[in-house]
Amino acid sequence: MAMSTYRESVVRAQREALAKYPEAIVLGEDIGAPGGPFKTTDGLFEEFGADRVRDTPISENAFVGAAMGIAVTGGRPIVELMFADFMGVCFDQLVNGIAKHRFMCGGKVEVPLVIRAMGGGGVRFGAQHSQTGESWMYQHPGLKVYCPATPADAYELLTAAIADVDPVIVLEHKALMATKGEVPETVIASDVHIGPTVLREGDDVTIVASLAMVKRSLDAADKLAEQGISAEVINLRVLRPLVMGPIVKSLMKTGSLVTVEEAHPVGGWSGDVTSLAITEAFDYLDTPPARITLPDWPMPYSPGLEDAALPSADRIFDVVTSILSV
Amino acid sequence: MKIADYFDKSMAADALERLIRIREFEDKVHESFISGYVHGTTHLCQGQEAVSVGTVLALRDDDYLTYTYRGHGPCIARGMSVEGAFAEIFGRASGVSSGLGGSMHLTDMALGLIGSFAIVGAGLPVAVGAAITAQRRGEGQVSITYFGDGATNIGGFHESMNLAATWNLPVIFICENNLYGEYSPIRSTTPIDDIAVRADSYAMPSEIADGNDVIAVFKSATTAITRARNGGGPTLIEYKTYRQCGHSRSDPAQYRPPGELDFWLELDPIKQFKDRLVKENVLNETEISSIAERVQNEIDTAADTAARAPWPAERDLTPETYAGSYQTESV
Repeated sequence: MAMSTYRESVVRAQREALAKYPEAIVLGEDIGAPGGPFKTTDGLFEEFGADRVRDTPISENAFVGAAMGIAVTGGRPIVELMFADFMGVCFDQLVNGIAKHRFMCGGKVEVPLVIRAMGGGGVRFGAQHSQTGESWMYQHPGLKVYCPATPADAYELLTAAIADVDPVIVLEHKALMATKGEVPETVIASDVHIGPTVLREGDDVTIVASLAMVKRSLDAADKLAEQGISAEVINLRVLRPLVMGPIVKSLMKTGSLVTVEEAHPVGGWSGDVTSLAITEAFDYLDTPPARITLPDWPMPYSPGLEDAALPSADRIFDVVTSILSV
Repeated sequence: MKIADYFDKSMAADALERLIRIREFEDKVHESFISGYVHGTTHLCQGQEAVSVGTVLALRDDDYLTYTYRGHGPCIARGMSVEGAFAEIFGRASGVSSGLGGSMHLTDMALGLIGSFAIVGAGLPVAVGAAITAQRRGEGQVSITYFGDGATNIGGFHESMNLAATWNLPVIFICENNLYGEYSPIRSTTPIDDIAVRADSYAMPSEIADGNDVIAVFKSATTAITRARNGGGPTLIEYKTYRQCGHSRSDPAQYRPPGELDFWLELDPIKQFKDRLVKENVLNETEISSIAERVQNEIDTAADTAARAPWPAERDLTPETYAGSYQTESV
């Protein structure tokens, strides 16, 4: 294990993939010589050259569709989408094309590709550059959707995604790029756990969060501990497949569920996790589940308004103490 | 252009056979729709066969093709199993896509038929991707993509043209200008009459050719394919042609001006080619009839077999959705 940033982990997973798979190539806007607008491909162009690290024109429909063409003809493309919000531009290729292609071909085709999309709020980029992309992508059979919250996640999940024979969308978070954490020196793709992980054990409440909300949930857990409340914090990590096992197991212990999702109140994963928890852990629930989300309006630009929209550690603390005091 | 300048007798017979096979296949699909064997809808290409045959004959076995919901032509021309194609369109388990795709999604990777796309313009980026593979591999493979005049108005066309030209990719863009985008005549949706001029904005070579003359198609396709194989980059070819049927099975095409259909029936690609084969002493009437009869029997038998094929079983279709591990259960 070594301390690395989330960003360094993203670069390393790609570098190792380019070294390991001769058929792997990286495509995206400004990811070649410039090293990526968020430096997520830093050094790759110098090491692997223009044939394997390609700067595309601004044409997501074309280069995401091209990724499928590359994938079905023996390639292993890794595409960077500069902002998760830009999935709107290539939505058809992702959802009608890539997700469905194997199925519509009778299961006779494999589509090994990775789309890395960087999203999330808290960086004052406004409504069209601040979505995490979770709500748009996780409902589609045929895709796998990962959402790394820690530097270790970023390395392991991207490594597993690139090795996968199926199309994987990896939703990274811009505000997490500089965060530091312990990352394994190496990982075997098939060993990577594809599902949620318990980051902090507790007995009184289960908090499930994704991406940037994970750290806020851990901070809330610290504050709750000072009040004698023991919170179990689960990093969702993988949206599709949605694996409820660890969450149900946690609820059997705590009896209370709080989800923290950086998405609007309707149509996001917290609705599904909550409803599945009710179905699968009904007898264990002591309190009605609580969902903490963004408000039901687009992300405002003005810093105070953006900060108010994002679930804070204090808000998580308040919601937990409120439901447990019933 | 004399036939003999491009095809020897055996190739000419092969070209005729493929043309007739597509026509008989499409006619049989039409008939099968009326008798209830084809579900939903289907999009036929009678009248456009020469585009598929002329281009496919100019390709290598290891080239890649993408095509559209009106895609039976390239598939049958390329040698897709006729029985497998019927079975797919009839929704049977023995279909080329296991009954999961339907008329708009006939695929056969072994023949380079890498994808049929029902969303207009969606196949072009995929073909561009296949061309990236071809370029990297360096063995001279090319990628070819078929689409209609209507598709040249959608964003994906422009993005694909731009990317192909900027990266000098070995992809051939084949526009079948059949004068209609669904029910709308091209003039009502497009400010130009010749699609080929659009290549100019991408500094890409282009050509316009008679899409009903299989020799003209073969000649122009060969030029573009050779250019791509030799590292000369992409080409846009516009084939002027006409679909004799409506947009789909539910369209009687009454929006056509009177006389238009008759005009184009006179230019029927198969009729033209047969007349020339005889006139230029390449094949005689007996040889032509013999090919036609053999293909007719082949089609009848294949359709019959497909019509009696079993339905796909109701089952968990997760393996057809994901090739790798997909676990929602966990310890």
